[in-house]
Amino acid sequence: MSDIAERVKKIVVEHLGVEAAQVKEDAKFIDDLGADSLDTVELVMAFEEEFGIEIPDDAAEKIQTVGDAIGFIKSNAKS
Amino acid sequence: MFDLSGKTALVTGASGAIGGAIARALHKQGATVTLSGTRTDALEKLKGELGDRAHVIAARMDDAADIDRLVKEAEAAMGKIDILVNNAGITRDNISMRMKDEEWEKVLQVNLTGTFRLTRATMRGMMRRRHGRVINITSIVGVTGNPGQANYAAAKAGLIGMSKSLAQELASRAITVNCVAPGFIATPMTDVLTDEQKKAILGRVPADRLGTPDDIAAGVVYLASDEAAYVTGQTLHINGGMAMI
Repeated sequence: MSDIAERVKKIVVEHLGVEAAQVKEDAKFIDDLGADSLDTVELVMAFEEEFGIEIPDDAAEKIQTVGDAIGFIKSNAKS
Repeated sequence: MFDLSGKTALVTGASGAIGGAIARALHKQGATVTLSGTRTDALEKLKGELGDRAHVIAARMDDAADIDRLVKEAEAAMGKIDILVNNAGITRDNISMRMKDEEWEKVLQVNLTGTFRLTRATMRGMMRRRHGRVINITSIVGVTGNPGQANYAAAKAGLIGMSKSLAQELASRAITVNCVAPGFIATPMTDVLTDEQKKAILGRVPADRLGTPDDIAAGVVYLASDEAAYVTGQTLHINGGMAMI
């Protein structure tokens, strides 16, 4: 399952153009990683594609940190 | 210039005169087109005329589920939507004192709410591909107003404000959002006017003729093209000089 965390972090690094070391589980996308609101929408879209899941809007709004994303995907991913 | 080979376009209201002209023009520039509307026979006829690179998907703009289905089916048919032309629109003219709530609501629902929903559903793919063209067909009356068309003018003015907001939200993703505002265009809708009415209208048009659907389509082709990449949030008025804004 740690594989999920690695895949999430890789997407965040690629998408936001940040250093891997910055992508800690408590890092907030907007406050700590410089994402804007559109970036967060795109991150959610990227997670959906990578993990073959659907993240509803109300759940997406609660995903504010890298750890939130990993947690949601761990409990909802099919594989 | 304005080559659209390899591009895909969804045109709503393609069974009408202006929508049909837009679809033909985009297709002529090389785009694959999906023709949408409610009159399936007219859409199929246009598809037959265009030949290859044309699809028909009927949909109602006052039905949220139908709009989502339209986007899914258009993406499935063409692989993607590069260009969205929101041309579908209706009128329910009446002087305001006599305008019924349902006449107001229906026009807002189809012309404004339907356009927002369809655009929102299409944006996802455009954002992912970092490319998109949204072209909303508004109207001169959205800027100047017109007696008997408070509902239609409000919806068309609403499209302009909506487009400017979307343009700012999406510009960093290389998605442009613009409006084309036709003036008086010769269509079956204006054919019913009496000669006297036409004369009165022409008196206000410096170009001294009604516009044609092709005049509008040319503006859409430009805004859909790669050449117009730096144009966003704008309203292109095509009206023979009837209003200079």
